[in-house]
Amino acid sequence: MSPASAADARLREPVPTDAIDRATLRDIFSRTMKVNRTDEKFRSLLIQGKVAVMYYCVRGQELVSAAAMANLTDDDYVVCTYRGQGEQTAKGIPPELWWAECLGKATGTCKGKGGTMHITYPAKGIMVTTGVVGSGLPIANGLAMASQNNGDGRVTLVSFGDGAANIGGFHEALNMAQLYQLPVVFLCQNNRYGEHTAFADHTDSTCIADRAAGYGMRSMHVDGNDVHQVYNAVKHAVDLARQGKGPTLVEAMCYRMMGHFFGADFSYMPPEHIAEMKAEDPLPKLRKVMLDHQFTKEELDGIVSEIDVEIDAAVEKALAADPPDASELAIDVLESEAG
Amino acid sequence: MGQITMTQALNQALDEAMAEDEGVFCLGEDVGAKQGGGVFKVTSGLTEKYGEHRVRATPISETAIIGAAVGAALAGQRPVAEIMLMNFVGVCMDQIVNHAAKLRFMSGGQTSVPLVIRTTTGVGVGFGGQHSDMLEAWFAHVAGIRVVTPSNAADAKGLLRSAIDSNDPVLFIENILCYGLTSEDPGKGYRVPLGKAAIAREGSDVSLITYGRTVLDALAVAEDLAAEGISVEVVDLRTIAPYDEETVLASVRKTGRAITLHEAVRPYGTGAEMAATIHEKLWGELKAPVLRIGGTFSPVPFATVLEQAWIPTKEEIVAAIRQSVGKV
Repeated sequence: MSPASAADARLREPVPTDAIDRATLRDIFSRTMKVNRTDEKFRSLLIQGKVAVMYYCVRGQELVSAAAMANLTDDDYVVCTYRGQGEQTAKGIPPELWWAECLGKATGTCKGKGGTMHITYPAKGIMVTTGVVGSGLPIANGLAMASQNNGDGRVTLVSFGDGAANIGGFHEALNMAQLYQLPVVFLCQNNRYGEHTAFADHTDSTCIADRAAGYGMRSMHVDGNDVHQVYNAVKHAVDLARQGKGPTLVEAMCYRMMGHFFGADFSYMPPEHIAEMKAEDPLPKLRKVMLDHQFTKEELDGIVSEIDVEIDAAVEKALAADPPDASELAIDVLESEAG
Repeated sequence: MGQITMTQALNQALDEAMAEDEGVFCLGEDVGAKQGGGVFKVTSGLTEKYGEHRVRATPISETAIIGAAVGAALAGQRPVAEIMLMNFVGVCMDQIVNHAAKLRFMSGGQTSVPLVIRTTTGVGVGFGGQHSDMLEAWFAHVAGIRVVTPSNAADAKGLLRSAIDSNDPVLFIENILCYGLTSEDPGKGYRVPLGKAAIAREGSDVSLITYGRTVLDALAVAEDLAAEGISVEVVDLRTIAPYDEETVLASVRKTGRAITLHEAVRPYGTGAEMAATIHEKLWGELKAPVLRIGGTFSPVPFATVLEQAWIPTKEEIVAAIRQSVGKV
């Protein structure tokens, strides 16, 4: 099942430099800001003590997930991690349901039984959010295998961090995906940290994308703060997967600005590096691209205001919602105890 | 219809399920035609009938195998994944315990994981410490997964069909020493419901509760003791978790005595769970304490003499029965 021209596939794929049309740019901007405003809101609720839950902040990584998700349809599958707010929000989980789940309410996507680290919403293709680093990659293969078996044309995208690239499952999954030419996109959001350990301290590799070559797989390495690079790379990977041309590993370099989980000490992150990375902040860069494309400041601010209104309403509703009933403990464990 | 071996029974179950539902497919190491249809030939002939996409011979990558099975199951297919030997489930425990077993619950019932994990093991074939363990208690301890093991060929066919039908993840344990056992062919479409135990032999003095290969020992011992006037009821659980508590308690209520028997090591075993439940629920009706028989608490040894000393012997079972009925 491997391609006859495996040697060709070993080459690093050039990232397409296509222009992005205005409608798509607007869509990406909107998704990016939805991720960012959701993140800001979550942090403010935590700081104010209005909620007390684990939250894995996505500040600095908003663009990667938004530009990636802009390439997928509702039918395409996504597997993400506990730091999955970006994919979940950008793929279109209704804010009302998402917030209720994060706050442990019966009205949440998963009836409050999943929580921030285990969000599922198949209606928008969010099939698994795993709290175990690297575990999503082998599962993504299975979703893609089902699409291949069914011939339904769906693509599966699995998002993970640089830390995940060191578990065995990463290597097993890449090997299997390439062997079977599965329609899967492996999106590594290299945010420079695996929990509290810096990228350079958990591997001597300088580039995760290069690992694909070891399995005969295509790869692309992009600046995760550059909307054109992220969008075009993922678009290319998705197009190839949809055409039956197998998997691609895309590594997007980004930066996790606020530590492992929100509120945790991140003094291990050198201040000078944070300052350097803040200069690369994807949000002002995206805004500049938008202005360069003749979007007005008022138009952009209007998009953000609408998003804020929607988020505020969702949060109010979620805060007021009931928690799940204790009887839920006996439900969804097995389909039925009778077999 | 003639006799079939357990290997043939399992093969028939897979064949029938694949013929009826295109969503059923097999994956695992060496399961394809080129690789000989599996080390124990259970998938023999299926590639020829259904093609390489539905009988996927995989790399030696247990995590990727079970991960792929979880993903395909989430997408609505019914994968039957093979983990060649049960000891290797340790390699993919995260996918089984954290994902297959929990995704239905954590998603609030939005997704289910209708996957079957077939695996094989067994003491008595000289495989030594890393290829012989019965590890069913590991899985029985996790909510969200069913654990099944057949003791005869007909049950193997019927239980595997039901496991494939099930919308829950099922761990299906095959004992190497049982592959050659024969039964009357139960015919096409035969199913044994999950979660239902069988009374393998009726008796009135003591209930011997067991599953898998040790059912054979239990039946042999019951036959021997019948000549002495000790009437042993043998309960074959068939589904280890969640087990058929109703049938177990009904049997013990009738006999007033119970012994649990399994090949897995005795401490922390499934027999301990059943013994505790019987004590809790039938304390006033018991005529003797519930006894437990299991393997020795050491790794499974290689040398034949040690291996035979490790596994519960018929003599040990007889002794426990005599102790229980007060005829030492």
